[in-house]
Amino acid sequence: MAQIMKMVAQRFALGFLTLFVVSLIIFLGIELLPGDIAEEILGQGATPETVAAFRRELGLDVPAHIRYVEWLWNMLQGDMGRSLANKREISELIGLRFGNTLFLAVTAAAISVPLALTLGVLAALYRYSFYDRAVNVVTLSSISFPEFFVAYILIFFLAVTYPVFPSIANISDATPFWDKVYKVLLPALTLTLVVVAHMMRMTRAAIINLLASPYIEMANLKGLSRARIIVKHALPNALAPIINVVVINLAYLIVGVVVVEVVFVYPGLGQLMVDSVSKRDLPVVQASAMIFAGTYVLLNLLADILSILTNPRLLHPR
Amino acid sequence: MDATLRLLRSAPPTALFGLFIIFAYSFIAIFAPVLTPYGETEIVGAEFEPWGEGFVLGTDSLGRDMLTRLIYGARNTIGIAFLTTALAFLLGSVTGFLAATISGWVDQLLSRIVDVLMAIPALIFGLLVLTIVGTSITNMVLVIAVLESTRVFRLARAVAMGIVVMDYVEAARLRGEGLWWIMTREVLPNALPPLVAEFGLRFCFVFLFISALSFLGLGIQPPTADWGSMVRDNATLITFGDITPLMPAAAIALLTVAVNFVVDWFLHKASGLKE
Amino acid sequence: MSEHNDKDILVRIRGLRIEGQSGDHWTEIVHGVDLDLHKGEVLGLIGESGAGKSTIGLAAMGFARDGCRITGGEILFDGTDLAKAGEDEKRKIWGARIAYVAQSAAAAFNPAHRLIDQFTEAPVQHGLSSRAQSEEEAKALFARLQLPDPDGIGLRYPHQVSGGQLQRAMTAMAMSCKPDLIIFDEPTTALDVTTQIEVLAAIRDAVEAFDTAAIYITHDLAVVAQMADRIMVLRHGNLVEEGETRAMLAAPKEDYTRDLLSVRSFRRPEHPIPAGEAPLLKVDNVTAAYGDVPVLHGVSVDIHRKRTVAIVGESGSGKSTLARVITGLLPAKSGAVSYDGEEMPLSYKQRGKDQLRRMQMIYQMPDTALNPRQRIRDVIGRPVSFYLGLTGKQLEDRVRELLTMIELDPDDYIDRLTTELSGGQKQRICIARALAAEPQLIICDEVTSALDQLVAEDILKLLQRLQDDLGLSYMFITHDLATVRAIADEVVVMYQGKVVEHGPKTEMFKPPHHDYTDLLLSSVPEMDPDWLDKLLADRAEQAKQGRVLKAADH
Repeated sequence: MAQIMKMVAQRFALGFLTLFVVSLIIFLGIELLPGDIAEEILGQGATPETVAAFRRELGLDVPAHIRYVEWLWNMLQGDMGRSLANKREISELIGLRFGNTLFLAVTAAAISVPLALTLGVLAALYRYSFYDRAVNVVTLSSISFPEFFVAYILIFFLAVTYPVFPSIANISDATPFWDKVYKVLLPALTLTLVVVAHMMRMTRAAIINLLASPYIEMANLKGLSRARIIVKHALPNALAPIINVVVINLAYLIVGVVVVEVVFVYPGLGQLMVDSVSKRDLPVVQASAMIFAGTYVLLNLLADILSILTNPRLLHPR
Repeated sequence: MDATLRLLRSAPPTALFGLFIIFAYSFIAIFAPVLTPYGETEIVGAEFEPWGEGFVLGTDSLGRDMLTRLIYGARNTIGIAFLTTALAFLLGSVTGFLAATISGWVDQLLSRIVDVLMAIPALIFGLLVLTIVGTSITNMVLVIAVLESTRVFRLARAVAMGIVVMDYVEAARLRGEGLWWIMTREVLPNALPPLVAEFGLRFCFVFLFISALSFLGLGIQPPTADWGSMVRDNATLITFGDITPLMPAAAIALLTVAVNFVVDWFLHKASGLKE
Repeated sequence: MSEHNDKDILVRIRGLRIEGQSGDHWTEIVHGVDLDLHKGEVLGLIGESGAGKSTIGLAAMGFARDGCRITGGEILFDGTDLAKAGEDEKRKIWGARIAYVAQSAAAAFNPAHRLIDQFTEAPVQHGLSSRAQSEEEAKALFARLQLPDPDGIGLRYPHQVSGGQLQRAMTAMAMSCKPDLIIFDEPTTALDVTTQIEVLAAIRDAVEAFDTAAIYITHDLAVVAQMADRIMVLRHGNLVEEGETRAMLAAPKEDYTRDLLSVRSFRRPEHPIPAGEAPLLKVDNVTAAYGDVPVLHGVSVDIHRKRTVAIVGESGSGKSTLARVITGLLPAKSGAVSYDGEEMPLSYKQRGKDQLRRMQMIYQMPDTALNPRQRIRDVIGRPVSFYLGLTGKQLEDRVRELLTMIELDPDDYIDRLTTELSGGQKQRICIARALAAEPQLIICDEVTSALDQLVAEDILKLLQRLQDDLGLSYMFITHDLATVRAIADEVVVMYQGKVVEHGPKTEMFKPPHHDYTDLLLSSVPEMDPDWLDKLLADRAEQAKQGRVLKAADH
C-alpha cells in the first residue's frame, strides 16, 4: 500500500508541477515571443506615449517575475484581473461561461461514453465480422470530419430541413434546466459524433489486445463460458485501458467545445476565448487558456492515478 | 511497375478510393489557375447568387465565384497543411532520433520540454500564441508545426528507442560508428514505415487544425481562398436551406477520409495483421 | 505398436490437417498426422521449431489458435470427434477432462486473481466440486507438487510467486478437475536448468499419482526421455518416427532422429595453455553495477590465444554483463580490462578504432543482430571498409572471400537482404561480420541458444574450424553445458555476479565441486531415460548427509 501511496503522491506532485510550468508558459509567453506586444496590439499608428500608457495598463513596466507572482497569487484567490476590451472583471466574465462549457461537455460525455464503450466492446467481440468492418469505415470517416462540418450537417437536417432543434443554443442563467438540455442537445450531439469514433476505436483496440493475452486463452481452455471469460478474466484487466480511453476523450471534449460553441453561438468559455483572441484581449485569453489547460492536465492526472489504482501488480506488491 | 500494380490489385476498395481522391485533389491543387473560370479574389457578381449558368455553385458573401474559390482553396489549404506537416516532421523526427540515440540528459531535456508542451491542448496553445504574435499565415504555420512536432517527437523517439536497443545498433556503436551514421543508416530506414503512416495521420490533424483556425477567423486570412473561412463566411446560407457552404467542409472531410483510408491500409500492410 | 489394447485408447487422431495464415493466404502446416494415446500414457511430441508440435498438441483438444484452422481429419477423444464438435460441447470437456499447461505460466495466469481463485474456478464452474472442497484439494496438490507453504501460497497473486513455482502451480491447476488428459506445452523451456529439474520431477510425480494421460511437447529430447513412455518425432508438420522411448533412444530408425540424438555428442579436444604465454585478454577484479544495483563483484578472467573460455551460469548470474563490461558498453566501476598487455579504457567511447577492431562480438539473436534493411554486401562490407579502408573491387573480393569462409555461396547471397535468410544463415552472417574486422578475440553471447539443435551444432562446428584456421580466441557465454562440453578449453562458472569456480574443461566435468557447480552440472538433462530417477535418488542421498542442492529460484 505504501508503494501505491508513494506513486500516487508522485503523480500528484508531477501534475501540479506541470500546472505550474503551464502557468509560467501562458503568462510569460509574451516575454519569449518576438516583438513588443503593446506595439503589436496598438498598431503602427500609436504614439510612444500611448504605447507606454498601454504597457503600464498591461503591467509590462513591472519586471516579469514580480508580475508573474502577482498574477498567480491573484489567480489563486479567484481574481483574474480585468479585460482590456470592456474593463470588466474577468472572473465575472468567465465564471458563468465556464459553467456553461462544463454543462455542454458533461451532456456530451453522458451520451458518448456509454455509447462508445458499448460499440467498442461489441466491435472487439465480433471482430472481423461485417459489423466490425462497417464500424471501422464509419468511424474512420467521422474522425476525419471537421467539427464544424458535423455541426452544420446536423443543423441543416435537424434545425433547417426538419426543425426539431434550435440552430442557436443561446442559454442564460435564467434558462430552466430541461430547456437548457433541449437547447444544448444539438451541440452535444455534434461533440458526441466527433468523440465517439475515437473512443470506440481505442476501446476496440484495448479489448482486442487484451483478448489476445495468454491468460484469456487459458480461461478458454479451462472450458469457462464466454460470459465468464469476459466478466471475470477480461474486465478486471480492461479497466485501466478503458479508463484511460474515457479520460483522454473527456479531455479532448473540453477542448473540442471551442469550435462547436462558435458554430452554435453558445455562451461558453471557448466562444469567449475565440472572441478575445480576435480582439487581442490578452488577460482574458490567458485566463481562459489557464482554465482549459488546467482542466486538461487534471483529467490526464486523473487517468494516471486511476490506472495505478486498478493495476493488480501494484495493488498487491510482492 | 508490376509490383505496384499487384499491390494496387490487393488493396481494399476503401484504399483505392482514398488513393483516387488524393490524386484528384493534387491534380486540382496544381492546375488550379487553369481549371478555374475566374480569378481567386475577383468579384464577378452579386452577393449570394444562386447556382446557375454563369456560376456553377453560385457566388459568396462578396460576390466571388464559389467554384473558383473552392478550387483555389484546395491549392492554399492543402499546400499550407502539407508544408506545416513537413516542417513538423523535420523538427520532430530529428529531435526524436537524437533523443533516442544519444539518450541520457539530451533525452531527458527534450522529453520534458515536449511533456510540458503537450500538457496544454494544441488548439488552446495555438490560440494563445496567435494572440501574442498576431494572425498571419507564417505565424500559423510555425505555431502549428512546433505544436505538432511534439507528437512526431514522441513517436519518432519511441520507434527509435525500440531500434537503438537492437543488437545491430549496439554492433555499430561497438564498431566505433558516429552519431550521424547510426541515425541515418541504422535507425532511419527501420523507423520509416511507422513514420510514413504517421505523416498521413498528422497531415489530417494539421489540415483539420488549420481549417478549424480559419473557420474561427484566426487562420488563413482574407482575401486568400480557404475552405475553413469559406464555411464561416457563408454559413448564414445554411439557415435558408442552401447547402453551398457545406461544400468546402465536405471537401475537407473527403480528403481526410481518403488519407485515413490509405493510412489504415498501409498500417495493416506494415503490421502484417489480417484484419 | 504397444502393449495397450484398443479399448484403452483415449485419443485417436487420424489424418489431421491444419492450416496457418501467412499474410492473406492459408498454407498447410500439419500434413495429415495420426496419433494414438492410451489411458494413463505419457506421449512425447518432439521436433524443432516449425515442426507443428504445439499446434498438434492444441488440436488434440479441438482448439486452434487465431491464425490457425483445422481443415481435415478426425480427433476422437473418448468417442467424441473434437474436430466437428460444437463450441459448447468442447467447453464441457476443456478444463474438466482435458487440461492445458502453457509454456509461460507467468503470462497464462490472470494477473488480477489469486492462485486459489484460479485453481477452484474450473471445478466449480464445471459443477464437479464445491469451492470449499476444491480449496482442500488445492492444498493437497500444492503439497504434492512440493510448493512451499501449500496452505498459504494460494492466497498469493501470480506476480508474487517465482517462475518455477508458478509452473508447478499451473500443473496443479491443470489437475484440479482430475482430467483424463493434460497437454504440457514446453512447460520448462523458459526455466533455468536447476529449476527445471524440480518442475520435471513434480510433473512426473503428479501425472503418475493420478494415472493421468499426458501429451508432453518439447524440443529437448533429453527432457522428453525422462517424461514420456512413447515418443513421436515431428518435422515440418509430418511424423518422422514413433516408438517406445527406450527403444527409440537405443535404436532410432530414421536419420533425422539419429541426428537429433547425436547432437550432444560433438566434442573437441582441449587445447593446452601455452606455457609462460601472457593472456590475450585479462579481466582483473572487475566490479560493475546497473545504476545502484551491483551485478558483478570482483570478477577476474583470463583468455589465452587460440583458446575457448566458456562462461557458464544461469539467468542473473552476470555472465552477459561481463561481456558488456569487457566490450565497454557498461564501463566497470573498478578493476581493469587489458588486451594484449595494454590496459583499455573502460568505456567503448574512449577506445580507439584499432582497440575496437581487435575484439568482436556475436549475439544470441541473429534476428536482432542484423539490420533488416541492409544487404549482406553492406553488413559484411562495412567493417571491411571502416577498419581496413578497402574500397571497390578489393572490398567486393574480401566480402566474397568472407562469405566463402562461412560456407555461403557469394553469388547467391551477396545481394540478399538480411531478412531473406534462415536463422542459421543469419548467424553465419554475424560471424562473417565479426571476422571482417580481422579480430583476435570474439565474444560469443549465447550464440546457439536461439537456434534449433541441428543448426546450432553446425554453427559450433563452423566456429571450431574458423578457430583452427585463423587462430582466434573465443569467450563463449552460455547456459548450456552441452555446448561447453563440445567446444570449451576452459570453464568459468558464475553465480550471482561472482566467479564460483574455474579451470580446464576436463577438470570441471569431474567432481568434487563447489555446491553450485555440482547443482548446475548435475541438472543438465541427459538422454538416459533413468537419468532423472538416478539424480533424484542421488540428491536424496546427499540430503541425508546434510548437503542440500536447491535451485536459485527460491
